[in-house]
Amino acid sequence: MSSGSYYVPASSRWPVLGSVALGAMMVGTGIKLVYDTGLPLVLIGVAGILAVMGLWFRDVISESRGGLYDDQMDRSFRWGMGWFIFSEVMFFAAFFGALFYVRMFAIPWLGGEGAKGVSALLWPDFVATWPLLNPPDSSIAGPEQVFSPWQLPLVNTLILITSSITLTVAHEALKVGDRKTCRNWLTGTVLLGCCFIMIQGVEYYEAYAHYGITLEAGIFGATFFILTGFHGVHVIIGTLILAAMLVRIIKGHFGDENHFGFEASCWYWHFVDVVWVGLFIFVYVL
Amino acid sequence: MAPKLPPQPPLQHNTTAVADGQSHGHAAPPKGILRWLLTTNHKEIGSLYLIFSLTMFFIGGIFALVVRAELFQPGLQLVEPEFFNQMTTMHGLIMVFAAVMPAFTGLANWMIPLQIGAPDMALPRLNNFSFWLLPVSFTLLLSTLLMPGGGPNFGWTFYAPLSTNFAPPSTTFFILALHIAGISSILGAINIIATILNMRAPGMRLMDMPLFVWTWLITAFLLIAVMPVLAGVITMMLMDINFGTSFFDAAGGGDPVLFQHLFWFFGHPEVYIMILPAFGIVSAIIPTFARKPLFGYASMVYATAAIALLSFLVWAHHMFIVGLPLVAELFFMYSTMLIAVPTGVKVFNWVTTLFRGSISFESPMLFALAFVVLFTIGGFSGLMLAIAPADFQYHDTYFVVAHFHYVLVPGAIFAIMAGVYYWLPKWTGHYPNEKLAQWHFWFSIIGVNLTFFPMHFAGLAGMPRRIPDYALQFADFNLLSSIGAFFFGASQLLFVLGVILCVRGGKKAPAKAWEGAEDLEWTVPSPAPLHTFETPPVFHRTSH
Repeated sequence: MSSGSYYVPASSRWPVLGSVALGAMMVGTGIKLVYDTGLPLVLIGVAGILAVMGLWFRDVISESRGGLYDDQMDRSFRWGMGWFIFSEVMFFAAFFGALFYVRMFAIPWLGGEGAKGVSALLWPDFVATWPLLNPPDSSIAGPEQVFSPWQLPLVNTLILITSSITLTVAHEALKVGDRKTCRNWLTGTVLLGCCFIMIQGVEYYEAYAHYGITLEAGIFGATFFILTGFHGVHVIIGTLILAAMLVRIIKGHFGDENHFGFEASCWYWHFVDVVWVGLFIFVYVL
Repeated sequence: MAPKLPPQPPLQHNTTAVADGQSHGHAAPPKGILRWLLTTNHKEIGSLYLIFSLTMFFIGGIFALVVRAELFQPGLQLVEPEFFNQMTTMHGLIMVFAAVMPAFTGLANWMIPLQIGAPDMALPRLNNFSFWLLPVSFTLLLSTLLMPGGGPNFGWTFYAPLSTNFAPPSTTFFILALHIAGISSILGAINIIATILNMRAPGMRLMDMPLFVWTWLITAFLLIAVMPVLAGVITMMLMDINFGTSFFDAAGGGDPVLFQHLFWFFGHPEVYIMILPAFGIVSAIIPTFARKPLFGYASMVYATAAIALLSFLVWAHHMFIVGLPLVAELFFMYSTMLIAVPTGVKVFNWVTTLFRGSISFESPMLFALAFVVLFTIGGFSGLMLAIAPADFQYHDTYFVVAHFHYVLVPGAIFAIMAGVYYWLPKWTGHYPNEKLAQWHFWFSIIGVNLTFFPMHFAGLAGMPRRIPDYALQFADFNLLSSIGAFFFGASQLLFVLGVILCVRGGKKAPAKAWEGAEDLEWTVPSPAPLHTFETPPVFHRTSH
């Protein structure tokens, strides 16, 4: 409900600059992909986006610390962040849906299951298996082997679950004003995030160097990389966000009760964590 | 034919509603073009959305006229088939993503804060970002027409592998443009939900909100739920095209039908995204000009929610002939038919609102009434298409084209025009020229039926869609459709003229511009000052 003190910002130059930067990045990406040139435009676009985000957040932080925001504004941010995370959930749902569809329907049908049987006529010798090591057409080389879930993936699972716990400890410490504890546990969380990213890097190297799991390796490689890849990007973004929160903690930002920026970062990190658990189960274990 | 405007009540000064107008801590806005580039004001951003949408409506319309000119008579005469394909594709993409959706977002920007008594949108800077992504996105999309190999030519549904293995090089740019538009939609929808849930005037409960606000709340939920799925599926396309993945390639274990499932999981809620706000507009206009409260307010809300939830369970009715298992054909057939129930509730409520009302026929009401009748025709042909065995014959014929144009043109677009005529007095302080608006209405309704009604017959007789040539027996129907299309297109110039004249002058409108209008927006002066409801109004529950 309105309180009458809702802060409506005056005009701002960041949004329109942000859309120009995003446009530059997209156009650059297109030129790079289609004509194999134009990398500078991509970099300009990315730099522009990062700069705009930094300056935009700086404005929001200074307005917040200047006491311009009230409880109602706080709720707007909460709804905004909550629905943003829901949109992210649906983004991953598309990729999980693709994985489930391929495993439940497409591959069994190619192998001759079901009443339709038409797709089974295309490659009569195809044997439906998962993980799909031998794609239907011999022109596409499948993976040589797949990862055991109980090695690096398990380590990464433990790292991310631990990081969610350490982040919660940091948040609880912030709530009671124990900033030193908060800083230490948050530092630990950021480091765990970095560990995850490095291990994932090692796994990607192994995938290409020794396992034959590549983007071109049929549907297994495609689903593997799109799911773990977008998750990895989200971990990188989440780690950067938490690092920014760490800087703000060190600079003395955030009150005991008024710290939604921190809390939103926690929401985001927990979301990334939950997605990984889904990945671990459906991409690696099952 | 042109009734007099209803007697106007004296100008109301609602002091709680219009606290200290322009002042209140705002520096003078920047001048000239910068004002529009940097604005965070919901009314200015709403106007930007509406102007953008109208521009794109004409660009998409010109593409449609290229198609209709080619189809005027059998044989190939005006354009190459390759270019014809680009025109059908671009017409669909521009109308869906750049005309209809931004028009509704523009109306939401203008009207939701006014209807719930909020000072602005919840996140005004994000609002500006959402808008300015659109010109970037659609400049990029339109520029694909000039690229080597031409623009997208695979239909607005861009089915793989036609859009991956066999597509022009510009497809990558098309995908990236659509990503930008998707980001814009998601951020806009988040903003609208946060505004509705958090910014209502004290005392206004959810079940007190005007139906336009309710339908937009549900639409925004649909947008946040399905635009990311679209982003996911076009990302998979991008990977298949550029990185050698085989999501939609059976040779690698993928499946082209997977594309269709993912696309229509987005696509079906998408068509309700384009119609639910229209329901809201019509639900505001009909009570106003019938001078009766809306019949069955609560059932309208529940019906809207039911349509939205069902929209997630019906997507494969677009894919009946693709080779689905029988159980899927049955499930999607029956779930699709179920949608007729809540939609029927809505039509029943509109008709019952009219029953024994003191009806007058100003231009917003004419468009709203035409909406009810013609949208219902589109609904019935949809019901025919829902029957799986019948759809085996109708699929990819002009019957489908007739169906979705009936729900989109005299459906969504008539509702947008009704909304524009209804709220123009609030935006500009002047009534639109009623005579001009009525001419626009009658020309439009003749044009729309002349264009799309013959398509039913051509389709039932077997004319396939998206083909630049056709057999001789379809010539008469196509001739009528083409004449109607040019007539309809030309008559939209009257709309532009009416809007321009109304912005520049006209009969002064009081705060409550229409005698029977009850919602909060009619308590602020006309034109609405740049900043409204900086002190929240006290909401008095009336009747629902």
